[in-house]
Amino acid sequence: MNRWLLWIPLVLFSLFFAIVAGGLMRPKDNIIESKMIGKPIPEFALPAAIEQRPALTTTDLATGKPQLLNIFASWCVPCIAEAPQLLALEQAGVSINGIASRDTPEDIANFLNRWGNPYVRIGTDVRSAVQLELGSSGVPETFVIDGNGVIVHQHIGDIRKEDVPELLEILEKAG
Amino acid sequence: MTRFLFLIALLFSAPVIAQNALPASPYAHQQLDDPVQEEKARSLMEELRCLKCQSQSIADSDAPMAGDMRSQVRERIAAGATPEEVRSWLIERYGDWVTYNPPVNAITWPLWIAPGVLLILAIWLARGLFRRRKTDQKDAS
Repeated sequence: MNRWLLWIPLVLFSLFFAIVAGGLMRPKDNIIESKMIGKPIPEFALPAAIEQRPALTTTDLATGKPQLLNIFASWCVPCIAEAPQLLALEQAGVSINGIASRDTPEDIANFLNRWGNPYVRIGTDVRSAVQLELGSSGVPETFVIDGNGVIVHQHIGDIRKEDVPELLEILEKAG
Repeated sequence: MTRFLFLIALLFSAPVIAQNALPASPYAHQQLDDPVQEEKARSLMEELRCLKCQSQSIADSDAPMAGDMRSQVRERIAAGATPEEVRSWLIERYGDWVTYNPPVNAITWPLWIAPGVLLILAIWLARGLFRRRKTDQKDAS
């Protein structure tokens, strides 16, 4: 009986080693998905970010037609990278709502003049309040919202060219 | 080469400065007037994880988003919410990930019982060891 006990430390060590080695070999993953997927968009009302586009409230996102909700900022470099893809989605007939995160009206206007404005509405979220309500942890992030105002998908990070067909498909399914 | 690296670094420095172009949220750096409420908010903030700098609590982090979260925590507690209500408001949105004080559930229970199990194991092993030593001494004398 006691002889078997001698093996316990070795077994425990092997277990510990396996867990640590497994953790080291797994690629680093610090993406935090929102738990709001499948739930209705939380109540919010954001003032207009620029004069040329109307403000954004929860009711604008439940119009019976699936839409995109894109969180961006003029200070965010990947947002520049995804600008052409947003314009392509707009060309494809998608209505894109914007939330400008922690930004000033002048900076937002400059950013949109320079990289294009694919948005139908832009709300300004100077205190990340709506971002926290949505369970979003960074910029850029894009939510697909169905006609009833329910979040069906979250895209974290910039939208690449290869992501556009996938997003269009999800939008179609949500319709 | 150095100049090139400097230029690259410059490319990233501008957005970082711009991110702070706005004033911080009202309670990001300001304590609540009521010390009891501030203490509640403080201890909760130390248990909430920063979304940007994931190894820090929002109390420790300088990230603008952590400041916004601190402000939300303080404002909600000032409005009468309990720390647990604020915590579950965040868990509802970000999952258990956001708290450094994870709830006991199907995945985390080994984490919670491990210290107890290890302690019992250690006591049991030590008991065996002491008992053996005593009998050894008896044999020797």
